[in-house]
Amino acid sequence: MFTLLLLFFPLLAALLLLFVKGEQVKKIALGAAVIEFLISIIAVVQFQHTADTQFEVNRPWIYTLGINFHVGIDGISLLLVLLTTFLVPIIILTSFKHNYKNPSLFYSLILAMQMALVGVFVSLDGFLFYIFWELALIPIYFICLLWGGENSAKITFKFFVYTLVGSLLMLWGFIYLYLNTEGIHSFDIGALYKAGRSLDAAHQGCIFLAVFMAFAIKMPIFPFHTWQPDTYVTAPTQGTMLLSGIMLKMGTYGLIRWLLPVTPLGTAQWGNLVIILSVIGIVYASCIAITQKDFKRLIAYSSIAHVGLIAAGIIAANVQGIQGGMIQMLSHGVNVVGLFFIVDILQTHTGKRDLASLGGIRNVNPQFAVLFLIILLGSVALPLTNGFIGEFLLLNGLYQYSAWATAFAGLSVILGAVYMLRSYQAIMLGETNSITVGFTTLSGNEKVVLLIICAAVIVFGIYPKPLLDIAEPAVVKLVSSLTP
Amino acid sequence: MKALILLSSLGIITLLAEIFSFKKLLYPFVLLGLLATFIVNLFDWNLPSKIFFGMMQYDHFAVAFTSVILAIAFLWFIMSDSFFKEGTNITDHFGIVLFALAGTVIMVSYTNMTMLFLGIEILSISMYILAGSNKDDLNSNESAFKYLIMGAFATGFLLFGIALIYGSTGSFNLAEINLFITSHKGDVPMLFYAGVLLMLVGLAFKVSAAPFHFWAPDVYQGAPTVVTAFMATIVKTAAFAAFLRLFYTSFVTVSDIWVNVVWVMAALTLLTGNITAVMQTSTKRMLAYSSVAHAGYMLLALVAGNIYSSSAVLYYTAAYSIASIGTFCILSIVTNVKGSDVIDSFNGLGKSNPFLAFVMTVVVLSLAGIPPTAGFFAKYYIFTAALQSGYTNLVLIAIVASLIGVYYYFRIIIAMYFKEGRNEVISIQPNHKIVLIIIAIATIVLGLTPDFIIRLL
Repeated sequence: MFTLLLLFFPLLAALLLLFVKGEQVKKIALGAAVIEFLISIIAVVQFQHTADTQFEVNRPWIYTLGINFHVGIDGISLLLVLLTTFLVPIIILTSFKHNYKNPSLFYSLILAMQMALVGVFVSLDGFLFYIFWELALIPIYFICLLWGGENSAKITFKFFVYTLVGSLLMLWGFIYLYLNTEGIHSFDIGALYKAGRSLDAAHQGCIFLAVFMAFAIKMPIFPFHTWQPDTYVTAPTQGTMLLSGIMLKMGTYGLIRWLLPVTPLGTAQWGNLVIILSVIGIVYASCIAITQKDFKRLIAYSSIAHVGLIAAGIIAANVQGIQGGMIQMLSHGVNVVGLFFIVDILQTHTGKRDLASLGGIRNVNPQFAVLFLIILLGSVALPLTNGFIGEFLLLNGLYQYSAWATAFAGLSVILGAVYMLRSYQAIMLGETNSITVGFTTLSGNEKVVLLIICAAVIVFGIYPKPLLDIAEPAVVKLVSSLTP
Repeated sequence: MKALILLSSLGIITLLAEIFSFKKLLYPFVLLGLLATFIVNLFDWNLPSKIFFGMMQYDHFAVAFTSVILAIAFLWFIMSDSFFKEGTNITDHFGIVLFALAGTVIMVSYTNMTMLFLGIEILSISMYILAGSNKDDLNSNESAFKYLIMGAFATGFLLFGIALIYGSTGSFNLAEINLFITSHKGDVPMLFYAGVLLMLVGLAFKVSAAPFHFWAPDVYQGAPTVVTAFMATIVKTAAFAAFLRLFYTSFVTVSDIWVNVVWVMAALTLLTGNITAVMQTSTKRMLAYSSVAHAGYMLLALVAGNIYSSSAVLYYTAAYSIASIGTFCILSIVTNVKGSDVIDSFNGLGKSNPFLAFVMTVVVLSLAGIPPTAGFFAKYYIFTAALQSGYTNLVLIAIVASLIGVYYYFRIIIAMYFKEGRNEVISIQPNHKIVLIIIAIATIVLGLTPDFIIRLL
C-alpha cells in the first residue's frame, strides 16, 4: 500500500493547493513534499533487501485489453523514488525567495509532476508506464511555458514535440510487444519481457531502436540533445531542476527497466552504436561546455556529458555498470540541482550569470565559496564525493565492455574538471568587481538547501554502502537474467 | 427502435408547438424528451430480432452508437440554447434537429440499403437547412448551398452504387448480399465491385475523408457555430457507424478490392487534414480541418477490420465528439466577445478567464491525443487495432500526423497562456458552464476508465 500512498499523496496535495491563496501556498507545498519524503523513508525502512518487488498492487484496470494497474517497488525503483521525494522538497525550498505569479498553480504543478515521476518509477505495466511517462510531460510543459524566460513558448514547444516523438515511437514498440504476448494479450511487465525475448534478433532490433528513441531523447543522448540546452536555460530554475534532477532519470531508468530485459538481442545488436553515440556525446558536450560563457548553459551541457556516461554504463549491461548508473543517477540528480541553485543564487544576488561579468565572490562571501566548491567537486567526481563512486563504477563497468570506449569516456572526468574549475575560477576568484561586491550574505533558505546538498555530497561520497545495498539484489537479478 | 419512434414523435410535437403556442416550454420539453429517449434506448440492449420487416436490426452496435449520439446530442442541446431561443423559426430548428437525430438512428441500425439511403437523406437534408439557418448571413447561405450541391453529388454516387449492387446481387439486404458473394465466389459480376467503390466514394464524402473533403472546411466555417458542432460530432459519428456497418456486414468478404483504397484514403486524410490545419488562422477553419484529420484516424479502424474495429470507432467517436463540443462551445463564447475567430482571439484567455482556458486545455489535449485524456486512449486503441492487422506503415503515418496535430492544437494553448490579450471580461452563461464542466470531467474520466465503453462491442 505504500506505493499507492506515495503515488496519490502528491496528487491530493496538488489538487488541494489549487484552492489555497496567498503566502501560505509555499509552506503547504513544502509541508506536503516533506511528508511525502517521510513516507518514502518509511518505505525504505520497511524494504527487505532482496531482489523481489515489494509493496505490490495489481488490480485490473482496462480489463478487456489486459491492462492492469500494476505498481510495485524493487531496489532499483526505490532509489529513484527516494531521489524524487528527496529533491522535490529541496526544489520547493529553492523557490521561497521568488515571487512567482499565480503561486498556487505553480506549486500544484510541481506536486502533480512528482506524482507522475513516482508513477514512472513504480509502474509494472507497460501501458501504465506510458501514461505516467506522458503525464510527467504536461506539468513541466506548463511550468516552463508560464514561468519561463524569453521565447519560452517556442522553446518549450520544441521540447514537447521532441519528447513526444520519442514517446510515440515507444508506444508503437510497446503495442508491437503487446500484440506478441501469448494467449490473451497483456501489458504486464512479465508478459512484455517474455514477448520481447521470443522475437528474433531483427525484430528485437527494431523494438530496441523505437523504444530507445524515447529514452535517448529524454536523457538526452547525442544527437538527440538539441532541445535540451535552450529548454534548461529558459525554464524557471525549479523547472530546470525538475528536468535535470529527476526527469532525465526517467530515460536512464527506462533503459534499465523497459529496454535491457525486453530486447537482449536488440541490445547486443545496437549496444555498440549506443555506446559510441554516448561517448561522442560525452566528449562533444564537454568541449562545448568549456567554451560556454553563460554558467547555466554550461551546466546544461555538462549534464549531457554526465548522462552520456550513465547511458553507456547501463548499456554495457553488467553489475558494475548498472550499479554505477544507479548511484550516478542519484548523485547527478543531487549535484545538478545544487549547481542550478547556485546559478539561481548568483542571478538573484548579482543579476548576472555569465562568467565574464562575475568574479571575486570568494573575497566577499567565503561561506558561499566553500559550499559551492563542495558541490562542484562532487560534480567533477573527486574521490570521497558522491560523484566519484558512480563514475568509478560506470567506467569499471564500461571497461568490461570496451576498453576504447572507456578511454574516451574517461575524458569526461578530465574535461569536467577543466570546465567546472574554470568557471569556479571565473566566478569566485580574481578581483571583486562592482557587480559582485554587494553579494556578501546568503539567506537562511539558501544556506539550508546548500548545506543539505553538501551533506549529501560528502556523506554518500564516504559511505555509499546503504544506497548500493538497496539496489544490488535487484541489479544482480537483472543482469543474471540477461545472460541466458 | 424505441429511440427512433420517440425521436420522430418528439419532432412532430415540436412542429405542433407553433400552432398550439407552447413555444416557451419547448426547450425543457425537448431536453426531457431526449433524456427519456436515452434511457428508453438502453432497454433495447438485448432486443434480438429484426424489426420493420427485416429492414433494421437493433443490435448491440446500434444501441451503443445510438447512446453515444443521444448523449452528445443532449450536451449539444444544452450548449446551443441560444439557437433555440433567439431569432425566428425556432420551432423549425427543434423539428429539424430532432428529425436529423432520427436519421442518425436509422443510419446506425439499418440492415437494408434502402434504409441506409433514407437515413442518410433524412440527416443530410436537415443539415442543408441547418447550415443555412442564419438567413441574413451571406456565409451561412453559401455554406448551405455548397453543402447541398456537393452533398447531392455524393448522394448520386451512393445511389448509383446501391443500384449497381442491387443489379448484380438482386437484393438490398446486407446479409443476403453477403450470402450472394460467398456463394458465388469467383463469379461475382464486375458491376458489383463498381458498386462497392461508388458507395465507398459516397460514404467517404459523408465522413469528409480526403480526397472528398473539400466541402468540409467551407461548410463548417460558414455555418452557425452550433450547427458546425453538430456536423462535426453527431453527423460524423452516424456516418462512421453506417460506413462500418455496411462494409463489415456486406463487403468484408471482398475486402481485398476496397481495403487498399481505404488505406490510401486514410493516409491522405491524415496528412492533408493535419497539414492544412497548421496553416489556418481562423480557429473554426482549423477545427474543420482537424475534424477531417480525425476522420482519418477512424478510417484506420476500418482498414484494420478486426474484432477491435467497431469498439475502437465507438470509443473514438465518443471521445472526439465530447472534446469537439467543448472546443466549439468555447469558440462560440470567445467569438461572441472578441468578434472574430482568429487564433489570436484566444490571447490572454488564461488570465482573463482561467476556467475557460482550463477546459479548453483539457479538450485540446484530448484532441491532440495526450494522456490521460480520452483522446489518447482513443488513438491508442485505433493504433492497436491497425497494428493487430499488420498495418505498421499506416500507423507510422498516423503517428507522424498526430505529431503535426500537436503543433496546431498547441497554438491555442500557447495563445491562451503565453500571449498577452486585451483582458476583456468574459462572462459565461450557466448552461455553458455546466456543459463545460461535464465535458472536462468526462474527457478525463473516459480516458482513465475506458473499459465500460469498449467492452460494449
